[in-house]
Order: sequence, then structure tokens, then C-alpha cells
Amino acid sequence: MNIWYYANPERFAGLARTLLPWTMGLALILASLATVWGLAIAPPDYQQGDAMRIIYVHVPAAWMAMFVYAVMAVSSALAFIWNHPLADVAAKASAPIGAVFTALALVTGMLWGQPMWGTWWVWDARLTSVLILFFLYLGYIVLWSAIEEPARAARAARILALVGAVNLPIIKFSVDWWNTLHQPATVFRMDGPTMAPEMLTPLLIMGLAYNLLYVAILFMRMRAEIAERRLRTIRLGLEPAGS
Amino acid sequence: MTLQSFLEMGGYAAFVWPAWGLSLVALVVLTLVSWRWMRRAERLAAASSLKAPDADPSARPPSEPVA
Amino acid sequence: MRTFLAIIWRDVILGIRASGGAALSAAFFTLILVLVPFGLGPGPATLQAAAPGLFWMAALLSTLLGLERIIQPDSEDGTMDLVRLSPLPLELSALAKIIAHWLTSGLILTVLAPLLAPLLNLSFEAAPVLALTLLLGTPALSAIGTAMAALGSSVQRGGMVLALLVLPLNIPFLIFGSSAVASAQAGEDPGQALLLLGAASLIAMVVGTIAAAAALRIGDE
Repeated sequence: MNIWYYANPERFAGLARTLLPWTMGLALILASLATVWGLAIAPPDYQQGDAMRIIYVHVPAAWMAMFVYAVMAVSSALAFIWNHPLADVAAKASAPIGAVFTALALVTGMLWGQPMWGTWWVWDARLTSVLILFFLYLGYIVLWSAIEEPARAARAARILALVGAVNLPIIKFSVDWWNTLHQPATVFRMDGPTMAPEMLTPLLIMGLAYNLLYVAILFMRMRAEIAERRLRTIRLGLEPAGS
Repeated sequence: MTLQSFLEMGGYAAFVWPAWGLSLVALVVLTLVSWRWMRRAERLAAASSLKAPDADPSARPPSEPVA
Repeated sequence: MRTFLAIIWRDVILGIRASGGAALSAAFFTLILVLVPFGLGPGPATLQAAAPGLFWMAALLSTLLGLERIIQPDSEDGTMDLVRLSPLPLELSALAKIIAHWLTSGLILTVLAPLLAPLLNLSFEAAPVLALTLLLGTPALSAIGTAMAALGSSVQRGGMVLALLVLPLNIPFLIFGSSAVASAQAGEDPGQALLLLGAASLIAMVVGTIAAAAALRIGDE
């Protein structure tokens, strides 16, 4: 089974339909487990107390923010090089999910920052990079909706995603460099100096749960896109009835 | 650990609960919105394909979806 | 080669004459700087401290201004189709347009900015460094801007969309550029920042040219 077998949109939609309940179910189970573990079972941090528990929703969100963009970039590359018909769909469907994760990472980061550092916002390298990533997501989403013709929009979006992906390391590097210039004092390590296994395990479980949730929502959105495309071709009279 | 101390989150309740609550709400809303979009789109596509008898039966299907 | 120069020449002439052209970029740049003291107060120390960043911000925004006219008018009147059909590889055509844009925006700012240094009390030592950073950085702004303008060329009144796409990608240049000027003003060596600026600029020019060409190709269905 290779990706080209599922290049046919209808076949993929069928696969997504089958897998959806499993991914969603597993995501919910793992999320519940991680929630109980993170909120109740894991011990409070010796420095940050119970405020540290925000880590279990902040870090997975930040991980997903970056992971989803990577998926978008790879999908866009696949679309660009091989014209895999579903690659554009995967990228387009992923973007809003990634944007939500990014926004969550920012908001939970702020909620974590206020009790820790006394200010709602801090221009540390991590938060700043995530903020810029949020704007990259926004621009990508806006580009898709701003170009009316779907084929053109797809081709433009691919290029934008790839340009963004190439620029991200440069942006990240420049933000890190800028940060060390202006903040020589304490380095605010959001992960804490070392991660004890009591904290790491629920964190990883939540990370996995978030990832599965992304896949589930992606399946939903891709099915919706595929259905809408089919609708468009039907309405254009190109597709015979009953197929 | 009592329910009281659990809810208080060591004094950080005003930060921990909104963080977790917002995460839950945002992800639930995202899921529901995506779910409803999927249902609506698939329903419309299915209905339309049943309802298009005047499409030319000898028309070639498109070589590739609109992309 | 002739086509290459012809594209540059044509775009430059249009850039000078057009209503959104070179003169407007210069005026806008100056205007932003003039507005600053009204916002920050006229205190010389405050202005001087903020000057490096503000000069660079003004440069970013002024460059943004001239972007819409690079691609959109051409695709509307069919010139872009001619460009695509020409024997010149699309990458070179894109590069020509980038160079032309730079000649009517970045280059002008490079010359103008040191002259405006007194407006924000930028120190005498820092002024040539400012010009150098603009010389190194504005081509990259033009490259990225042209690529984004090409992507958004089919969007009606896409000015805001363009800004949203371009500005995040410009951040590294803002960081390195203003940092170099600030170092010079503080009497420190701006070398590292300048080096980073140059490197980032080079990468952006390559990526921008390739992306712009790819974006221009979208037009031929």
C-alpha cells in the first residue's frame, strides 16, 4: 500500500471514514488519561507549584503548532513536485488546525508566564517564534480564501508554504540571536531544567493525544474538502449521476 | 488531596483552570465545526449526485479533480 | 540579456512615473520618520535610542508600499503573458523585476536615510552603517516582496494580504539591520550583525527569485 493507492480522493475518503472513529477514540482515551495524570497524580513542581500543570496543555500545543506546519510544508512539496492530488487538500485542511494549536500555545504560554514572571507577555525566543508562526498560518489561510479560483489558490498556497518553511529556520535563528542580545540575564526555560519522569510521561501521553486529535480532525476536514470538490464537479455537469 | 485543594491548584487556580479550560473548549469547538462541515458537505455531495440526471452520461469524467 | 535589461528599464521608468512609485516611497519613508517624535516625544535621547529600529521599520513599510504595482498591473494588461512567453527563463525575468523594484525603492532609501539621520538624532558614526545595512537588506525585501506580490496577484485590492504575507518574512532583516546600526551607535563593532544580514539577504534573494518565478508560472493554466 503506497500513497498513490490512496491518491484517489474517494478512496481516501473511505479510508478516512474507517480510521476516524479509531483515531478519535484513542485520542480521547489518551487525553483523559493525561488529564487525570497531569492535574491530579503528578506532583507539583518544587519551584512553580501547581502552576506547572499548565505545561501539559502548553507544550503539546506548541509541539503540534510546529508539527502541523511541517506536515503542511511536506504536503506542499509533494503537491509541487509530484502533483499528488490530495497533497493540496491535506495542507489546506491542516492550516486552521495548526493555527488553533498555535493560538493555544500562545494563550497557555501567557497564562503560565504571568504567575511565573509577573508579566502577561514576554518577548522570549520561544513565545516570539510561536507568535510569528501564528502569522505565517494566518497568511496561508488568508491566501487560500483570497484567491477565488481553487486551482490557482492551490498553486499559490504551495509556494507560500514552502517559502515559509525555508524561512522558518532563518526567522527562528534571528529571533534567538535577537533574544540573547537583549536578554542576557535569566533564560526562561519553559521546560524546566530537567524533566522528571513523573512529569515527562503525562506530557508525552498528552502530546500523543493531541497528535491523534490532529489526525482525526484532519480526516474530517479532508473528507469535507473532497466532498466539496465532488460537489463542484457535479454542479459543473462533468460527473455522471450516481457515481 | 481534597477537592478544595485540587480546585485551588496551590493558589494558581486563576491560571491553571483557564489554560486547561480554554484548551478544552478550543479543541472541542474545532472538532465540532470540522465534524459539522464534513457531514454537511458529504450530505450535499451525495444528494447532488443522485439528483443530476441531466448530466451527460457519455461525458468523460474529469482526468483529475479541480486542482 | 537585452530582454533582461529591457524589463528592468521598463519597470524602473514605470516605477518613477507611476503614482505609487519611487517618489511616494521616499515621501512615505520621510513621513514615518517625521511622525515618530510626535509619538515618542522630541527628547533627543529617546529618539536616538529608538532610531535604528525606527529607520528600519520605516524602510520595511515603504518597501511594502511599492509592491502592488510590480505584478498586478502587468497581469491585468497582458504584459505578464508576454514575459512568460519570452525566451528569457522566468527566473531571470523575476530577478529583473526584483532589481527594478529595488532600484525604485531600496536604493532610494539607502541614499535618503543617512540624510534624514538628524530627524531622529541618529549618531554621525551610525549613519553610514545605516546606509550599509539598507544596501545589504533592501534587495532581500524587494525579493521577498516581489515573490509575495506574484503569489497574491490575482487578489483584488490585496494590499493588506500582501502586508500579512511579507512582514513576518522581513523580521530577520529588521533584527539584523537595526542591530548593526544600534551597535555602531553604541560604539561597538557591527560586524557580526552585518555578516548575518548579508547572509540572510543572499538566501532571501535566491529563495525570493525562485518563488517569484514559480508564482508567475501559476498564470499559465
